[in-house]
Amino acid sequence: MSDKQVQLVDQVLAARERRQPVRIVGGDTKAFMGRSTDSALPVLDLSGHTGILTYHPVELVLTARAGTTLAELDAALSEHNQMLSFEPPRFGKNSTLGGTLACHLSGPGRPWWGSVRDQVLGVRLINGQGEALRFGGQVMKNVAGYDVSRLQAGAMGTLGVMTEISLKVLPRPASTRTLVFDCEMDEAVSIMNRRSVEAKPLSAACWLDNKLYLRLSGAHSAVDATLSHWGGSELMDAEHFWHRLRDHQLDFFCTSLPLWRFSVNPTARMPGLSGQWLVDWGGAQRWYLGNAELSEMERIAVEAGGQVSLFRGGDRSAEVMHTPPQAVKALQQRLKHAFDPDGLFNPGRLYSWM
Amino acid sequence: MSDRQDVHPGVSREVLAQKFRAFIDPEYVISDDETLKPYECDGLSVYSEMPMLVVLPETVEQAQQVLRICHEERVPVVARGAGTGLCAGAMPHREGVVLSMAKFNRILEINPVARAARVQPGVRNLAISEAAGKYGLYYGPDPSSQIACTIGGNVAENSGGVHCLKYGLTVHNLLSVDLLTVEGERITLGSEGLDSCGMDLLALMTGSEGLLGIVTEVRVKLLPKPEVAQVVMAGFDSVQTAGDAVGAIIAEGIIPGGLEMMDSHAIVAAEAFAKAGYPTEAKALLLCEVDGTEEEVHEHIDAVESLFKRLGATSVRTSHNEEERARLWQGRKSAFPAVGRISPDYYCMDGTIPRGQLAHVLTEMERMSEACGLRVANVFHAGDGNLHPLILFDANVPGELEKTEDFGGRILELCVAVGGCITGEHGVGVEKIRQMPAQFNDLDIAQFHRIKAAFDPAGTLNPGKGIPTLRQCQEYRSLEMSIEPNSGAENQLHREGGHE
Repeated sequence: MSDKQVQLVDQVLAARERRQPVRIVGGDTKAFMGRSTDSALPVLDLSGHTGILTYHPVELVLTARAGTTLAELDAALSEHNQMLSFEPPRFGKNSTLGGTLACHLSGPGRPWWGSVRDQVLGVRLINGQGEALRFGGQVMKNVAGYDVSRLQAGAMGTLGVMTEISLKVLPRPASTRTLVFDCEMDEAVSIMNRRSVEAKPLSAACWLDNKLYLRLSGAHSAVDATLSHWGGSELMDAEHFWHRLRDHQLDFFCTSLPLWRFSVNPTARMPGLSGQWLVDWGGAQRWYLGNAELSEMERIAVEAGGQVSLFRGGDRSAEVMHTPPQAVKALQQRLKHAFDPDGLFNPGRLYSWM
Repeated sequence: MSDRQDVHPGVSREVLAQKFRAFIDPEYVISDDETLKPYECDGLSVYSEMPMLVVLPETVEQAQQVLRICHEERVPVVARGAGTGLCAGAMPHREGVVLSMAKFNRILEINPVARAARVQPGVRNLAISEAAGKYGLYYGPDPSSQIACTIGGNVAENSGGVHCLKYGLTVHNLLSVDLLTVEGERITLGSEGLDSCGMDLLALMTGSEGLLGIVTEVRVKLLPKPEVAQVVMAGFDSVQTAGDAVGAIIAEGIIPGGLEMMDSHAIVAAEAFAKAGYPTEAKALLLCEVDGTEEEVHEHIDAVESLFKRLGATSVRTSHNEEERARLWQGRKSAFPAVGRISPDYYCMDGTIPRGQLAHVLTEMERMSEACGLRVANVFHAGDGNLHPLILFDANVPGELEKTEDFGGRILELCVAVGGCITGEHGVGVEKIRQMPAQFNDLDIAQFHRIKAAFDPAGTLNPGKGIPTLRQCQEYRSLEMSIEPNSGAENQLHREGGHE
């Protein structure tokens, strides 16, 4: 546990003084994400800014410094049988809370338990003028002022240096069991959607290699009853499977091929491309492995009601995020300017033009 | 950065009305005082202002054209849904146009498989759940005005309801919104998928009180209706014990669908009004609703009942059918009108606190209540810490409204002091702009202004609402410093009392 707030503000002020952009780095486990940027840029290191500041299990609220590792949060939460309900991926043992929010990363339970952005209640952030600001709070409901905390989700640090984050946490379900079925992708997608309409304790739905996985979480009696009602065979060591999916450790992800992430209508039928698919989030997130042009992938994503990004691999000097329409691009640029007028934070990381 | 809140257009009412009537049904361009009158306020009626014009476009193109003209002429635009808001967020601007979205009242699509509905902004909150009902689905957030309030207004205020702890606020239940920018440009934020690339503009827009754009279409998530819901009512002989019981439920790993608390004043008023069978001798009452599958509800209801008994509840009753459930809720749902019966006027506050601070906050509030001689009844979304103190007053007694406003302001400041905030779900609007500096410092506020300027550099969208000027902040702080603690009567919080 250590507080680097003062140094971080000084570093931002110094960077501003010199008009010297910086790279914001926490645990450095997500360097593969976003666009590749100038590696010569000085690093603004958050990894030493750590520690859980408050955690009141009965309030379901936790506040930690942004450089706190997910591992440390996991340890504290599990003592009280609670969890980060958005199941953030651990791409390495040093993955931090700040990086998770900046990259807007959530795991298999996301459609049912919400995303990291959903659970954020407040942030402290240093803007491009070196001002330490505070938005949101440590309570579940707060509609005073603009929601700057959630705006940070997906901004990849381009709006400021998050130094402290407050989150809603949830109890761990009493029971979790997983069913597995043999079926093809299109059939799996339609089963996932059908099951999602039922008021049953579904908490994850994924398909890969001609197998559909449905996870049930909740009260023992509810999970057991649904399990026998839905049939299928039970997956043993299921927790391991879901963790490997969450952390991209499954064989599917262990490749040098470009990995594309589609966020789409959960019922969408994706075209038969030459590469491989993995379906997660009950159909709302599709992973695709294969060489392709961003523009072609964007066309497919739009057809499916959503967006695409080049998540890992491929050409990272080009754009990797779905191209926003001109008006939305202009708004993002103006917002960037509103927070970071000198363009100090992570230039080019999110978009070439930001 | 713009720090001004007022805009003075150079165009006259008649000229502007003429321009609008060129492309909008003249009947829907309102310029006479008599017809303008109903638009002078929202649900917080003590704040009122007559607008220059009210316009009710019927198509997005018309709304777009209204915005373009207003942008060109620097005319303030105040968007309005059903006008049920409780913070004067939809109060008109004297020299501005009220852009009523009332004609946008169609449900465009319900996709039961993808569990989503695409609706126009003037669709009522409850109408979405009614339309989705035949597929066994519903829309989660249920503000108590849900029978009348519109989804566009819900987006503007990030509305909550009694089921927030489990099902989230509006921001958690949106997929996308279509908007018009101040220039009249159409944009979409979000998609049919769950998460979008880049900074989360959809979240920023939600709860922005009509200051950043005008919502023209909303895509919401629909949830499967729970198989069963049951409610346990429990009376307690102290607020502290009831508060502990709430914590104990959470510690048990149970997230109730609804978890409401009422204090003794609210219990007595509600029971007299609704005859719900509440224990009128109790100091605090909890209503804990558990929903889910049959098995889960059965398991959790047992746990909640025995937990309440173990913690010393003075009475415990559980609903065993829909009729009993509705009856137990009836008292809570009619708490506001019930309080309205025991007092000529009441003023509903909306602060949020960490739940653990409840007993302290209620004790403090009781002390302030005695000091200023105004009664206060409390209903509390206990699950998520959202407090609704109802201050009872009589607007016909000279000075009593001012006293009420002062008391209300002090309550909000108390909420901030214990780690909470000045508004959980009603919004800032005009009403709480005075207390914003209690929650945010000038640097935070200045950042809010820069955000506003990124969307609306001239400041014509809903001016004077939501974010105070830095000058207002300075006035607040100098006043706070010059006032002795507890000399409430001199403290001029410029705020409002409301009746229903």
